[in-house]
Amino acid sequence: MKIFVPMDSAAKALGAEEVVAALRVAAPDAEIVRTGSRGMIWLEPLVEVEIDGVRHGFGPAEPADAGGIVDGTSARALGPVEDLDWMKRQSRLTFARVGVIDPLSLDDYQAHGGLAGLRRALGMSGQDIVDEVKASGLRGRGGAGFPTGIKWQTVHDAEAPQKYIVCNADEGDSGTFADRMIMEGDPFTLIEGMAIAGIGVGATRGYVYLRSEYPDAIAVMSRAVELARKAGMLGADVLGSGRAFDMEIRKGAGAYVCGEETSLLNSLEGKRGVVRAKPPLPALEGFLGRPTVVNNVISLATVPVIFEKGARAYADFGLGRSRGTVTLQIAGNVARGGLFETGFGISLGEVVNDLGGGTASGRPVKAVQVGGPLGAYMPVSRFDTPIGYEEFDQNGGLIGHAGLVVFDDTTDMLGMARFAMEFCAVESCGKCTPCRIGAVRGVETIDRIAEGDAGALTLLTDLCETMKDGSLCALGGFTPFPVMSAVTQFPDDFARQKEAAE
Amino acid sequence: MQSPNVTIIAEDFGHLISEHRDAEGALLPILHAIQDVCGYIPDAAHPLICDALNITQAELHGVISFYHDFRKKPAGRHVLKVCRAEACQSVGGDAVAATLLDRLGLDWHGTTHNGAVTVEPVYCLGLCACGPAAMVDGRVVGRVDAAKLDALLAEAGV
Ligand SMILES: Cc1cc2nc3c(=O)[nH]c(=O)nc-3n(C[C@H](O)[C@H](O)[C@H](O)COP(=O)(O)O)c2cc1C
Ligand code: SF4
Ligand code: FES
Repeated sequence: MKIFVPMDSAAKALGAEEVVAALRVAAPDAEIVRTGSRGMIWLEPLVEVEIDGVRHGFGPAEPADAGGIVDGTSARALGPVEDLDWMKRQSRLTFARVGVIDPLSLDDYQAHGGLAGLRRALGMSGQDIVDEVKASGLRGRGGAGFPTGIKWQTVHDAEAPQKYIVCNADEGDSGTFADRMIMEGDPFTLIEGMAIAGIGVGATRGYVYLRSEYPDAIAVMSRAVELARKAGMLGADVLGSGRAFDMEIRKGAGAYVCGEETSLLNSLEGKRGVVRAKPPLPALEGFLGRPTVVNNVISLATVPVIFEKGARAYADFGLGRSRGTVTLQIAGNVARGGLFETGFGISLGEVVNDLGGGTASGRPVKAVQVGGPLGAYMPVSRFDTPIGYEEFDQNGGLIGHAGLVVFDDTTDMLGMARFAMEFCAVESCGKCTPCRIGAVRGVETIDRIAEGDAGALTLLTDLCETMKDGSLCALGGFTPFPVMSAVTQFPDDFARQKEAAE
Repeated sequence: MQSPNVTIIAEDFGHLISEHRDAEGALLPILHAIQDVCGYIPDAAHPLICDALNITQAELHGVISFYHDFRKKPAGRHVLKVCRAEACQSVGGDAVAATLLDRLGLDWHGTTHNGAVTVEPVYCLGLCACGPAAMVDGRVVGRVDAAKLDALLAEAGV
């Protein structure tokens, strides 16, 4: 008997280890394989039992369910996992193996298409590799949506004794966990993507800057790098090609701003994580002043499938200038939360209501914050907005790292606006005044609005303008998005406070 | 409250430092290594780090104080991090945190009198589809409610 149980931290947080212990007692002879998560977090821990070569799901499982799962009588039975609506409706390219394979088995990895992309890339010139990424239309998944191939071209063309690939695994945005899930569920994909990037631009060294809040991901990635090195996937002679690439995992230290690429580079160099002015671009003067590709985890982890299936096949998915798939993270007060990968173009409403099933509380949805703490609160009236970079921009929002946080109608939007300012104040790197001081003033000003000071609203609007125009990076520059979207879309929450005071 | 590793001596620091000093950007790995062993960054380690990396005390202090992770003093025997970010707020995380702090009579970053637990805020643990989320010494906990909190605190010896 073969049983699969995720070791993803969301599954662990919901009791996967206790379920595994119970399964070992109920079926002492069974082989229990630990996997990543399929992304259906509301069903975690999701136990899968292989029956005649088909994996049947049971979830959300509790230790008491172990006996029933083993003898097939459990009321938690969901049927074949691949046949579940959530799975069937996806186009899983980046996440194809997550939840399926043992994350630390290179054999499993290769049996499911792993290393095909790297092998193909090793037969190509650096310029051909860069051209393939350009043709795929891949844009950075970390937030800014900058075309990945163009960034790689700059680094490829730069002359230097040493170039670097730096993976941004700082994933600090609330409502996001795609980076975490792929690092815990299919770490070799990220390693393979970084190796292809290195071979493409002529960088022999790489670093993953991984946030300290993710101890499970750090453990899995570190082990995967060791295994990849031992198997010759990393090192002086990558897969016997004569080309070199090696990498290390580096742990962050709990600063949100270190997700900003120049702050990250300073941190990686052992300095305070203060943002650097651009230019110079990191692509030309990045880590230790050398040409550096800085890319998000999902950007890099998507590279192998582009090389495996071809740029065209990837670019066939999507909408407008947003090509390929988006790895949506559906979070917050939502009935069915988790990770859903699909072509760009699906509407916000379909994601929240249809896939997510509305709120977990059963109350009406009030707002959805898209793109993390610097993203706008989208009201239900904007639910027809298609998920795409330009489409969100036109609707006053941003998709960022594609996390969606759902809020029900009990949410006080004034409180959320205040939190956005407070967060900016706590996490500011301190380099520019509009962010460092402005965010503190922002909290105070919102408190005045809450106390019924009507004039303070004009002050808040002005302050947001100053922060937008005078901040060096998007922490200070975009905090006005959540704040002003709350003010303009939910004016009652700011007025009601006033009446209460009167 | 005492640190479990008061006996750490200069040679141990030296060993931890030399393990990482040749890495590119060695300072964060060194600080993490020391904090992993001691639970904080003791003052006694400062001159050794400065010496090894050829940086000033002021530079070192600047780095240690910039990052939320690094402590200048020991924490309690267990560190309980509670997520304060938006997705956890949307499912009642604020109330959970308020109950916790109230029960322990602490503010954020405070430590219980018996030295059992230090409570810290964290901004997202990547468990945003199963919040409110928390982490005890690196072990993740989802859908935290009053009952789960009680169990966690009991386990931690509060
Ligand atoms: C305050 C702030 C935080 C950021 N956090 C992250 C992050 O956690 N992960 C990430 O990949 N990009 C983050 N970014 C964006 C990066 O600066 C950068 O655009 C990205 O890493 C580039 O990779 P990509 O092109 O693959 O997206 C952040 C930006 C800002 C301003
Ligand atoms: S906007 Fe804020 S975080 Fe960004 S550089 Fe300025 S002070 Fe630092
Ligand atoms: S917002 Fe709390 S875990 Fe992400």
